[in-house]
Amino acid sequence: MSYGFIALYTVLAVAFGILPAIYALFLAFTTGDGGFAGIDNFTKVIGDFRFLPAVEHVALYLLFWLVALVVLVAFLALIVHAISVRWLSRSLRFIFYLPGALAGASSVLLWLFVLDPTASPVSGLLHLFGFSSFVQVIVPTHLPPVFAIIAFWTGAGGWIVIMYGALNNISHDVIEAARIDGATTVQIALRIQLPLLRKWISYMGIMSLAAGTQLFVEPQLLSQASNAIVPNDYSLNQLAYQYAFQQNDFNGAAAISLLLLVIALALSAVFVTRGGLFERG
Amino acid sequence: MTTVDIGRHATRRRSDLSGWSGRTIVGVVIAIFVLFFAIPIVWLLLATTKSAHGLIVSDPFLPGSISDFAANWDQLFGFQDGAVTSWVGNSALYALGALVITLIASIPAGYAMALTEFKFRRLLLVLTLIVMLIPNTALVLPIFLELNVVGLIGSPLSVILPMAFFPFGVYLTYIYFSTSVPRDLLAAARLDGCSEFQVFTRVALPLAAPIIALVGFFSFVQSWNNFFLPFVMLPSSDGYPVQVGLTSLLASTPAFNPSSAGAQSVQLPTLALATVISVLPVLIVFLFAQRFLVAGMTAGGTKE
Repeated sequence: MSYGFIALYTVLAVAFGILPAIYALFLAFTTGDGGFAGIDNFTKVIGDFRFLPAVEHVALYLLFWLVALVVLVAFLALIVHAISVRWLSRSLRFIFYLPGALAGASSVLLWLFVLDPTASPVSGLLHLFGFSSFVQVIVPTHLPPVFAIIAFWTGAGGWIVIMYGALNNISHDVIEAARIDGATTVQIALRIQLPLLRKWISYMGIMSLAAGTQLFVEPQLLSQASNAIVPNDYSLNQLAYQYAFQQNDFNGAAAISLLLLVIALALSAVFVTRGGLFERG
Repeated sequence: MTTVDIGRHATRRRSDLSGWSGRTIVGVVIAIFVLFFAIPIVWLLLATTKSAHGLIVSDPFLPGSISDFAANWDQLFGFQDGAVTSWVGNSALYALGALVITLIASIPAGYAMALTEFKFRRLLLVLTLIVMLIPNTALVLPIFLELNVVGLIGSPLSVILPMAFFPFGVYLTYIYFSTSVPRDLLAAARLDGCSEFQVFTRVALPLAAPIIALVGFFSFVQSWNNFFLPFVMLPSSDGYPVQVGLTSLLASTPAFNPSSAGAQSVQLPTLALATVISVLPVLIVFLFAQRFLVAGMTAGGTKE
């Protein structure tokens, strides 16, 4: 009978989890007409002049984003948690979390407005930095921090709310004991609260790292909005898309997808086996 | 660093943070972040009430007029003979279709994994965990290649079915049933003569309302906001969900794409309105669901 309960889920898991992965594996090691290709597809995509720049773009973006995420989320969660006025703490969490509703294309579109000095609500700020046109704001060297800001704006609030919850779970006795021993708020934060948050911070880091390697919608929309000042092969996923739909080279696309998939799988496997979050599994 | 050093730092920080100036600094930092998170949303809502000219010349934080809002509304829904209406309809179809299948598939599966014994249970659980942590864009191109073979590309099923595979939902259900429903309760029902199916429908399901709502919330939000999957699967504009439709609107906005000036061109406030409409259902769900978000994302960490 148990098999009846899991039947539909198993079918979906095979069809949209396992089979596509195996099919991508097959394509990545074969040629267009089905012959065995060895590692040719991989050497081809890695040797592509667009590949290394795309890796560099994604890596830089991840660097900015993860550092901002880890430092600021922990910091803001600690502060929000330290505020004893209830309605204030609750309103702050709500304000931080609400942008999470604008994911994907919607948040990118919103930020296009914000970054366009002619319409922007913060055009003064943009002019202060010497930007007077949209094109100046989105020159390619600015993009990693720009994408990091967009991702932070959208995603940070949810994590702040979660860290806040984790902070609430720390026993009052521990904090009280530390306070009686003369610890200051800052000492409590650094020596007790942060170490106890570590598990959640690493969870956030790994999930965000895995998701960040998949960068697609941000550069895709920006490339459209900038009349291709931002190239349409800016990120690895975009490059895979170009291989599949512009060059009709599904084998090359599969090779890139597989590289990205291996990274994501490795990260999640490390986390499942060593992260300690899923101990009962 | 010596102990003395640490002590000195701590005392200095103490006076920084609990004193008047410390509070001011924290207050300023918080204010900056509040502005950072709130300004874009507030501005976006106000922008929908302005004319294209008004957006540029008027104070960004003053509302425009109802008539300008109506004009933007007309322009948006007049775009390509009402394309926006059908995009929103498509989004609803895809997100709700995926939601229904997700619930039918994942609630029984999570239940079985938590409260029954069967071969491969552990294998299925580990597989679920690993796939759950893979970003959902990672498999999109392989799924495209697969569905291309069976000729489903362009049909609504090509987005609904992949979105209905939702391991996170199964995992949440598994956690819920293994922590909130005692096995003894099921054993008692079996003693009373219930079949396995009856145990599920009469005992487990009535207790599952909270988890159904939680899985439904995550599934809906994720499907509605999904961009890459429909972008790849649906070549024709008729089938776009609103998230992908936004790209068409963007391409017709002269402010961002100067080559598009013409009869069908879209003004900035209209694009702002489109952005608001594209997130409205999720925004409404979000307003009431902060508790859900926390409950879902911390589910993994409750077992210490």
